[in-house]
Amino acid sequence: MKILTALKRVVDYNVKVRVKADHSGVDLANVKMSMNPFCEIAVEEAVRLKERGIATEIVAVSVGPAQAQEQLRTALALGADRAILIETDEELGSLAVAKLLKAVVDREQPQLVITGKQAIDSDNNQTGQMLAALTGYAQGTFASKLELSGDKLKVTREIDGGLQTLELALPAIVTTDLRLNEPRYASLPNIMKAKKKPLETVKPADLGVSVASTLKVLKVEAPAERQAGIKVGSVAELVEKLKNEAKVI
Amino acid sequence: MWHYQAPLRDMRFVIEEWLAAPADWQRMPAFAALDGELAAQVVEEAGRFAGGVLAPLNASGDRQGCRFDNGRVTTPDGFPAAYQAFVDGGWAALACAEEDGGQGLPQLLNAALLEMIYSTNHAWAMYPGIAHGAYECLRAHGTPELRERYLAAIVSGEILPTMCLTEPQAGSDVGLLRSRAEPAADGSYRITGGKIFASGGEHDLTANILHLVLARLPDAPPGSRGISLFLVPKRLPDGRHNAVRCDGIEHKLGIRGSATCTLSFEQAEGWLLGEPHKGLAAMFVMMNSARLHVGLQGLGHAEAAWQSAAQYAAERRQMRAVRRPEGSAEAPADPIHYHPAMRRTLLELRTLTEGMRALGYWTAHLLDEAEQGADPALRARAESRAQLLTPLVKAFFTEQGFRLASAALQVFGGYGYVQDYAVEQTLRDSRIAMIYEGSNEIQANDLLLRKVLGDGGAALRGLLETFRAEAETASALPECSAFASALGHYCDRLATAAEGLAAAAAQDPERPYRAAGDFLRLLGLVALAFAWTRSARLCQGRAAAPFHAGKLESAAFFFAYLLPEADHRLVLIEASRQPLPFLPE
Repeated sequence: MKILTALKRVVDYNVKVRVKADHSGVDLANVKMSMNPFCEIAVEEAVRLKERGIATEIVAVSVGPAQAQEQLRTALALGADRAILIETDEELGSLAVAKLLKAVVDREQPQLVITGKQAIDSDNNQTGQMLAALTGYAQGTFASKLELSGDKLKVTREIDGGLQTLELALPAIVTTDLRLNEPRYASLPNIMKAKKKPLETVKPADLGVSVASTLKVLKVEAPAERQAGIKVGSVAELVEKLKNEAKVI
Repeated sequence: MWHYQAPLRDMRFVIEEWLAAPADWQRMPAFAALDGELAAQVVEEAGRFAGGVLAPLNASGDRQGCRFDNGRVTTPDGFPAAYQAFVDGGWAALACAEEDGGQGLPQLLNAALLEMIYSTNHAWAMYPGIAHGAYECLRAHGTPELRERYLAAIVSGEILPTMCLTEPQAGSDVGLLRSRAEPAADGSYRITGGKIFASGGEHDLTANILHLVLARLPDAPPGSRGISLFLVPKRLPDGRHNAVRCDGIEHKLGIRGSATCTLSFEQAEGWLLGEPHKGLAAMFVMMNSARLHVGLQGLGHAEAAWQSAAQYAAERRQMRAVRRPEGSAEAPADPIHYHPAMRRTLLELRTLTEGMRALGYWTAHLLDEAEQGADPALRARAESRAQLLTPLVKAFFTEQGFRLASAALQVFGGYGYVQDYAVEQTLRDSRIAMIYEGSNEIQANDLLLRKVLGDGGAALRGLLETFRAEAETASALPECSAFASALGHYCDRLATAAEGLAAAAAQDPERPYRAAGDFLRLLGLVALAFAWTRSARLCQGRAAAPFHAGKLESAAFFFAYLLPEADHRLVLIEASRQPLPFLPE
């Protein structure tokens, strides 16, 4: 079985994000960039399926600038077999990314696509769902457990009320939640081997995809600073404040 | 809370620009497949490992410490698992040759790995700390049988080596040691004696431990010319427990997660490594890289100190500053890094840490060139530079590591003195590096007496040639010309001081010993002036990028605020004319 795992280059989760002075976006100059943590989980799950003999090939794909090769190399070091970079310097929205990934899915015909449920930069939580809609693949989002048997995939999903288990027919798309697995560290020998694995670069135009966006970012602002909390003396006081001050009950 | 962030940007700057190492690797057949991108990825993953696996065990390992019970040592929770992850990740074998099962990567990348390990968990790092030196020693001096038996096991991390030198009466002076080795009929030896301060002499990280033990043969001449080196495993090849016993562990100021052991050898079975009575020479193979690695401990602590202090100073608000950066928001109290005194401390932390990174990595790169370079003349030159720089890196870096940890602690005020912040542990952990692996005073003597005066000043002249060539190149650039002329000026004064000491030593043989510590610090400052001249040259014209602008600011700060200490050291070298009185018995 072939697995396609899609990953995104994002601001490292340790970086304190700053909004640019002109509010056009987040300041990325001299900021450490890494693989989106949810996408790391996606790569790890693909590698585990290969280690269990279920998957035969893992193709890692990313959409982004030339530097996103670094994150694809990391995926190769973690165990992906080859990588595809769809190179663009444009700031793409979820739909454009989903369309590009659809073109790769058409070409590669994977049985399973695994990707992060959302990227920690814009937190859209859309690409996986859009890709499922475009490809017609079944989708299991926010996965915390995967069980494959034959051409059926059982996905345990983390939903508001608890856990939901779906059975999907392959081919399918899974987006990963935090508890699906704990990603490994790339080993030094595998980093060295990754250097020799194929990494193909294509442009959106090569895939015949228009990435023109219908969305426009008007303004990016930092969230308001959190106010200090207070201690309440009793439950009655808490209820009173929730009712009359916070007005939430 | 402070979380360690590997200084990847600066590491790339040093490796790719300051050293231009990728171009040199192309000329070294062993590293021809390596490029800057792959090196950067190796360093980044090493940083993830250090920050993700080792850093979380640093404070807990310090609080828990090692436990000793009836000959057995239990290391802090998580240490054995972290070691297993380290070995599984292939990090232990980074710079070992491919034919021995290693990755065959340069010492330079190992230096970057070690810096990060020391920044995140010095105590843990003590266990694999001597493995590479032991590997080199066994590789150079082991018989084919010994190499066959132990080399691959060291490279794979299955067995951890120790270095057993010190005895209660034999510290810096190993010539005083008394442990004995008697030949046995089968060609092996029986070792008897007591060793102290053996790091990792007993632990629960690996099933077997390989002790490298210095001892005397029955016909040994007295002193350091009568010392031989032996391999003594904890478990013998047939599985028997060798007659090596751990009698206890030390309770220490710092690196409390590292087991510092007292070991007894009672007719323990071992094998001679190298020639009889030439144990010190055999061990010197590991000394150069070991001393560089201890120097990198100083760098690692300085980096940890700088990072934690910088973060704290940006968050802690006290008092209104005299001046504030343009555009900063009005607030009842300013972040303390706005205050000039704190700014000065923080700039000193940043400037010295980054300068030491350039010098430390340069030394590692010189070891690679000396080992793997294609041109014999360049190999010899690299060897000479590395020999000279090694005691400097060991002593200067470890002194700065401790001093800068203290400066960083001061930034935290009272909070720095309590355990809630990591900086007090950095201060305690960093202190040992000034003492072990040849105390800093021994390093200063080695630098001035052996490395500088010992060869009539030839190696020093060679090093100063490199410094002056940089000054010459940089002097053509307007932004760097003042730095270049200061560098040239102090090169001249350093050379004059060295000549003066050489001349004075003829009448007063004790004179260089009185000046050695100041001479070492002087050379350290001049070497930093070299490092910052080159950094400024590489960054000039690129000030639009914050990274390069920061480098140029650091260079200007170094030449204005830190280099003047060289005058002080020159005055003290002059003062060493004055004899030192003996103290009453």
